[in-house]
Amino acid sequence: MAHHEHGHDHEHDHEHGSELSEMDVRVRALESLLVEKGYVDPKAVDAIIETYETKVGPRNGARVVAKAWSDPAFRKWLLDDASAAIASLGYTGRQGEHMVALENSPKVHNMVVCTLCSCYPWAVLGLPPTWYKSAPYRSRAVIDPRGVLADFGVRLAEDVEVRVWDSTAEVRYLVLPQRPAGTEGLSQEQLAALVTRDSMIGTGLPRSK
Amino acid sequence: MNGPHDMGGLQSFGAVVAEKDEPYFHHDWERRTLGLVVAMGGTGMWNLDMSRSARESLPPAQYVSSTYYQIWEAGLRKLLVMRGLVSAKELDEGRALAPPAPLKRTIRADDVAAALSRGGPTERPAPRPALFEPGDRVRTRNVHPSTHTRLPRYCRDKAGTIVRAHGAHVFPDSNALGKGEDPQWLYTVRFDAHELWGGDTTASAVHADLFEPYLEKA
Repeated sequence: MAHHEHGHDHEHDHEHGSELSEMDVRVRALESLLVEKGYVDPKAVDAIIETYETKVGPRNGARVVAKAWSDPAFRKWLLDDASAAIASLGYTGRQGEHMVALENSPKVHNMVVCTLCSCYPWAVLGLPPTWYKSAPYRSRAVIDPRGVLADFGVRLAEDVEVRVWDSTAEVRYLVLPQRPAGTEGLSQEQLAALVTRDSMIGTGLPRSK
Repeated sequence: MNGPHDMGGLQSFGAVVAEKDEPYFHHDWERRTLGLVVAMGGTGMWNLDMSRSARESLPPAQYVSSTYYQIWEAGLRKLLVMRGLVSAKELDEGRALAPPAPLKRTIRADDVAAALSRGGPTERPAPRPALFEPGDRVRTRNVHPSTHTRLPRYCRDKAGTIVRAHGAHVFPDSNALGKGEDPQWLYTVRFDAHELWGGDTTASAVHADLFEPYLEKA
């Protein structure tokens, strides 16, 4: 995203954030118009923002993965009917209505993208990071996923199949990464702490213990 | 529409750069834009497919040079005018010049949790039996509609295999035009990466979720 270089002529102008950007002005004007028309309740806008900033996020998905690692019946349910298995943990809603889980194995690595826009499983991962919505990721994931993995510092063995899933409809994908070695004694909570957001998109691997 | 949003396979955008410990929002206007887009989406004055269509039909140079929330903001302005909720002059001036149009509903703060948790499921009763089942070989059609579609260019006129049937879902190509939901069977189709890219790929397989009208028997 655009980062403004602070030139020498700016250095004594103002404290950071004291000047409204063009986009701030533009969106404030838009919001005040919509409020004046009675189309939006600013408190509802606040509540929407609060939900996605504080309540929904990749910790939801990490709990799903940790449970699948610990509970074979849940793992099977997740792979057979991810929507129901995930809903049983309370993670439902917008951009997560129709879920499919993709299981990684020593021979298969899955990676999820939306080449056409920014489809992403909000209910389990929250709002997508900027890179997921960016042109470099959307363009390259389907043709050169190993190149993308290299950008993330991940190298897979040559004999691993890399399967890419383009979220072109309303199905949302969650990667079930491989459980790290040496984690047999860990609780679900401890396991969840090893599950990174990127490991559930397929651009990363879980933390080792 | 063969627009700049259909990015699969383009090679000129460079490396993926991930920001460490990235916040959900980098500016307050991004927060407000998300909230406004979701709140206005909840009024029922347009559907998700119309939103996507409005964004992807922005002028190409604007689309590729905008950040994602800028695209959302521009798409929202476009929809507000298209649906007659505000005029271009009102947007320019940032104040109301005419009485409001009637909305189907508005989202109040108390409704937010329930509305977000309910989401917007797109599965519908199937209007007819599925034409395909897992294991079937199919070929995507060589079509280039000038309106909204969810069949990316890189997988048109390609042979693939059905790996999953998802039931019938709202058909974006129709719904984006306001022509009704026209539910269609939705399938996950697996393409061998070589079918799509010849030898110039590091993928093994690429899957896309494709509606029955995009497909024919191979």
